[in-house]
Amino acid sequence: MSHTDAPPLQPAGPSESGGDERLLHRSLARRLMGRPELGSVVGAAAVFLFFSIAAEPFLRASSLSTVLYASSTIGIMAVPVALLMIGGEFDLSAGVMVVSSALISSMFSYQMTANTWVGVGVSLLVTLAIGAFNGTLLTRTKLPSFIITLGTFFMLTGLNLGFTKLISGTVSTKTIADMEGFESARTLFASHLTLGSVDIQVTILWWLALVAVATWILLRTRVGNWIFAVGGNADAARAVGVPVTKTKIGLYMGVAFAAWVSGQHLLFSYDAIQSGDGVGNEFLYIIAAAVGGCLMTGGFGSAIGAAVGAFIFGMASKGIVYAQWNPDWYKFFLGAMLLLATLLNAWVRKRAEEKA
Amino acid sequence: MGAVLAAALGASLAGCSSTGGLRAEQERAAKAAGGKAAVNTPRWTFAMVTHSGDGDTFWDIVQNGAQQAAVKDNIKFVYGHDKEAQRQSQLVQSYIDQKVDGLIVSLAKPNAMKDVVAKARKAGIPVITVNSGAEESKAFGALSHIGQDETVAGEAVGEELNKRDRKKALCVLHEQGNVGHEQRCDGAEKTFKGDLQKLYVEGTNMPDVQSSIESKLQSDSAIDAVVTLGAPFAPTAVKAREQAGSKAEIDTFDLNAQVATGLKDGTLGFAVDQQPYLQGYEAIDLLWLYKYNSDVLGGGKPVLTGPQVITKKDAAALQEYTKRGTR
Repeated sequence: MSHTDAPPLQPAGPSESGGDERLLHRSLARRLMGRPELGSVVGAAAVFLFFSIAAEPFLRASSLSTVLYASSTIGIMAVPVALLMIGGEFDLSAGVMVVSSALISSMFSYQMTANTWVGVGVSLLVTLAIGAFNGTLLTRTKLPSFIITLGTFFMLTGLNLGFTKLISGTVSTKTIADMEGFESARTLFASHLTLGSVDIQVTILWWLALVAVATWILLRTRVGNWIFAVGGNADAARAVGVPVTKTKIGLYMGVAFAAWVSGQHLLFSYDAIQSGDGVGNEFLYIIAAAVGGCLMTGGFGSAIGAAVGAFIFGMASKGIVYAQWNPDWYKFFLGAMLLLATLLNAWVRKRAEEKA
Repeated sequence: MGAVLAAALGASLAGCSSTGGLRAEQERAAKAAGGKAAVNTPRWTFAMVTHSGDGDTFWDIVQNGAQQAAVKDNIKFVYGHDKEAQRQSQLVQSYIDQKVDGLIVSLAKPNAMKDVVAKARKAGIPVITVNSGAEESKAFGALSHIGQDETVAGEAVGEELNKRDRKKALCVLHEQGNVGHEQRCDGAEKTFKGDLQKLYVEGTNMPDVQSSIESKLQSDSAIDAVVTLGAPFAPTAVKAREQAGSKAEIDTFDLNAQVATGLKDGTLGFAVDQQPYLQGYEAIDLLWLYKYNSDVLGGGKPVLTGPQVITKKDAAALQEYTKRGTR
């Protein structure tokens, strides 16, 4: 972030234009090389190329929209998770929180016989409160985020099951598809638009919007600087007046917000929710962010990188199906693919840093 | 927090739905039979320990069946479950320590359960196995086995697919490494005259299930039937079919309210039910019969609870029962 090696005074004139252009070009290349998502973009291109050759149906427009849909359901969560990782923290409760959020909407609407939008609103409040709970507990107790969110993970898993069974009498929620407000909520969270022959799931738009907002926050606002600062060195950040507590609580609430969006997608897409779902998905989000160039130690990364990471995951997991490989080896292929993409990512970044 | 709740409640009163919801259910709900014991045998305690994961619809119905039989038979019913075999056997051990009067266990991973079942027999506790473990049940010293033969159920699916003139089917497994799931698909492959392919999906991640089925259907347009191995996955397969623009028929193992509705309106072809309610109900009843009258059913052979093939014409009648969680 601190490039002071450029000469402060540059003679600008038509006679020097050649040198100027070269300087300008180099600084642009250098800036590109320093971007955290560079490596993952190369990795994504490699995976894309691979499946374009290995799987004939992969390049069809309809297939790509399926891959994008799969990527977006991970990507929506990977964005705030990446921000949180840049801020130096983890959230292991993110996967289950998605299901909690869906369960709250569904059960509140059903039990109160309320318009589904009321349930959606209540769910937003409660989910944000869970995020705030994570953040507050973390900053108050100074315990590692691993412990705090592991606790939340178990509590939410239990609450999901306990409340659903207590209220619905079964382990999945009752259908709310016949209730008022369902159709309009479905339009917002789980519809799809047709552009020519391509089907665009609305989650893809949510995903792009979240990436854009997160990128703007990270690169263009003071809050973005705070996030990098608390992830890099929280004590130093506090010493120069960064509101560390507020920033961290805000980051957890960001994860909660995205969990709410994903949860509403689940609910309005599948109508009835299984209370045991979501366990293990938190790792997919963390993997996407890590593959996309976010450091596990904080202070470095980008939202675009996380999106590319989610895209790599989406391509790898669906490409294997398109390629019709023996399903017994599915998990192995997936793991190898992710490992290779990440290694390529690391290698490209190292080369870039050496050059820069 | 109180203010938030009050505001939410206020908003909900203002924004009531005049369709669906709890009120609608209560309005149409006919109260099920009341909970009174029909016999005056001593109040024995029977424990059930299964390999169910948290929040599993299927095992919830088994439990409902057991509970209702327990009420009728004047039994105190206790239930434990763990999907890890080791912890499941520890649960069984803890019920043996409590000296329960009867045990019901599922043998999804038979080897892990062998010792503990032997210990129960040694302690004089009668054991009945349910759902999985038809082969091992007798050798382990259980009184009877109540369940469905997964291979037989799969064969029923293959035959039904033939009857419906299907040529290429997809078998969607939602748990990699589950022996019962493999047996179902293999059974279907055995009797099905066409070509059957397997697809593994992440069962706890619905969008993944959808996009995987979608990509499979896109990559092979010849597939004209999709068979899911659990009821919650059938409506997801229907969505995947729509997205992929495929004409494949969606069929499923097991039943729930959504499947009953789907069968009724024709979005689903057929369902193969193993009647989980029966597995719970019969297990309690048979233990009671053994304690009361030394009766044993099946003569060492498994008592089958399925497969029952359910189509459009049965769906309407079953819809009500799926809603109350007994089918």
